[in-house]
Amino acid sequence: MPSTETVFERTGENTMIVNMGPQHPSTHGVLRVVCELEGETIVNCKCVIGYLHTGMEKEAEYQQYNKCVVMTDRMDYLNANGNNLAHALAVEKLLGCEIPKRGQYLRVILAELSRLASHLVWLATHGLDLGAMTPYFYLMQQREYILDLFEMFSGVRMMPSWIVPGGLRGDMPDGFEARLRGFLDAFLPELDLVENMLVSNPIWKERTVDVGALTAAQALNLGASGPIARASGVNFDLRKSNPYSSYEDFDFAVPTGSHGDVYDRFLVRNAEMRESVKIIKQAIDGLPSGPWRTTDRKIVPPPREELDSSMESLIHHFKLFTEGFHPPVGEAYAAVEGSKGELGFYIVSDGSNRPYRWHERPSSLLNLKCLEVMAKGRLIADVVAIIGSIDIVLGEIDR
Amino acid sequence: MPYPMVGEERLEAVRLREKFGEALLKVKEFAGETYLCVDRTKLIEIVTYLKDDPELDYKYFVECLGVDYSRWEFERDLPERFEVVYNLMSLKYHSRIFLKVGVDDGQKVPSLTPLYVGADYPEREVQDLYGIIFDGNGPRPRERFLLPDDWIGYPLRKEYPLGGEDVLFDGNQYGPAVEDVQMPHAGESFEGKTGSGDVSGR
Repeated sequence: MPSTETVFERTGENTMIVNMGPQHPSTHGVLRVVCELEGETIVNCKCVIGYLHTGMEKEAEYQQYNKCVVMTDRMDYLNANGNNLAHALAVEKLLGCEIPKRGQYLRVILAELSRLASHLVWLATHGLDLGAMTPYFYLMQQREYILDLFEMFSGVRMMPSWIVPGGLRGDMPDGFEARLRGFLDAFLPELDLVENMLVSNPIWKERTVDVGALTAAQALNLGASGPIARASGVNFDLRKSNPYSSYEDFDFAVPTGSHGDVYDRFLVRNAEMRESVKIIKQAIDGLPSGPWRTTDRKIVPPPREELDSSMESLIHHFKLFTEGFHPPVGEAYAAVEGSKGELGFYIVSDGSNRPYRWHERPSSLLNLKCLEVMAKGRLIADVVAIIGSIDIVLGEIDR
Repeated sequence: MPYPMVGEERLEAVRLREKFGEALLKVKEFAGETYLCVDRTKLIEIVTYLKDDPELDYKYFVECLGVDYSRWEFERDLPERFEVVYNLMSLKYHSRIFLKVGVDDGQKVPSLTPLYVGADYPEREVQDLYGIIFDGNGPRPRERFLLPDDWIGYPLRKEYPLGGEDVLFDGNQYGPAVEDVQMPHAGESFEGKTGSGDVSGR
């Protein structure tokens, strides 16, 4: 990795170049930011990334489609179900496969719970960066309950890999619905509690209002999406504009801000959490019965009981787990509204059981570019607030 | 709002054919998406037109990515080895368009950073992993983006082996790859050998 002095040319005469990270608690992972300072003001700022690069896109070209699923969780590990969903939608687009309504609704529930968990970690750590310690404990506790729900659903807390091409790995377990409803009822008062601690707190506002402002045109030009673009006033949410997985069935609002500063992003994400709760409630209320995955035996395995009686099912089972499925030759792109922004997968298939090219559109990578723009002219202390408000996950940036 | 169509075709394709003629090489529809293959040298003009025309309004730069088609056995959209795929979105109709340009080893693609600031990172990523040079967003000498600065080669190219990285042990004194430090990955394929004795037992 480049040494601090060589990252960029010094522009001023009396400036100082300061390195921050990659091992720094406020950079949310292994992000390294090199700043050129004049006094305490940032003249120039550049991000150095790649410390977590593991070559997942290369690895995927050697794996069957179903085995690529587990890599998607490990990209944006805070919003694992959202990544699974985007990948599943892209592969299903290639396969031309339809998922039954129940499967789509369950996917929505999992994805929205993931969004909640991701936003909770964001607010908790963002607060901690700015000196607000109390919200951390309240929010992490709530996130823990969500992870418990994931564990009940899939057996895994953080990386469920439960949304796979063709549907889900399994149906909703007994008792899940009651537990989910219990969580949702208790969650909103807790969120109110934390929000009331911060929303009119003078110290919080001092650190966030008018810090790192971005206009709508700037945000689009930078390729920013998700809460960052929405806080700047761009009314764009893929769940509304290009609905996938039955999002058109649910009634929810798209919260937008007006100033595009750190405080607006805080408000937008908080409002988004409330909308997510609304969506989950509608999905669980209207959850249809019936199959929860496609019946195409070439894509999903047959039910266990069929294996004992049907030779054909046994062959399908064997072929699926040894060889996988073969999507037709072509390419497909599917995007979802992840917790950080537009999260898409671009997959090129050459008709074999492995992807020819497997690419994720990393929302955090494009959002990170905003830091270089927003930090210019601000104080060094604001960088911490701005990084927190972008909500980056380095696993997704470096892949 | 539905995407604007002219007959069976997307408005974007019709407009580009009218305005740029030959530079629009091919229009492909697949899995519900439209891919416009365009001439590399006209890319800046075409994207400027898509961005500034009030009826098209492609203001949102989603991403760009590279694909290496050197081992592709089927029909191609473009004759060159690599394709750079630009993903643009218009928030007016919430419509998405994919622009494809072909590029061979050693040729340059014009950088879109003057039009979209956000194109910087994706372009540098493609450059780092494929070795495709973007004119106007070139790397400084020995500068890498995702990979360490002393990395040799472009890992997402199809001929690049999986798991072929040489691992250096203590102080360059001993270890499986010390003799190869000067010339890592010297034409050796590790495909299928990962994790076996063949990799480290040289």
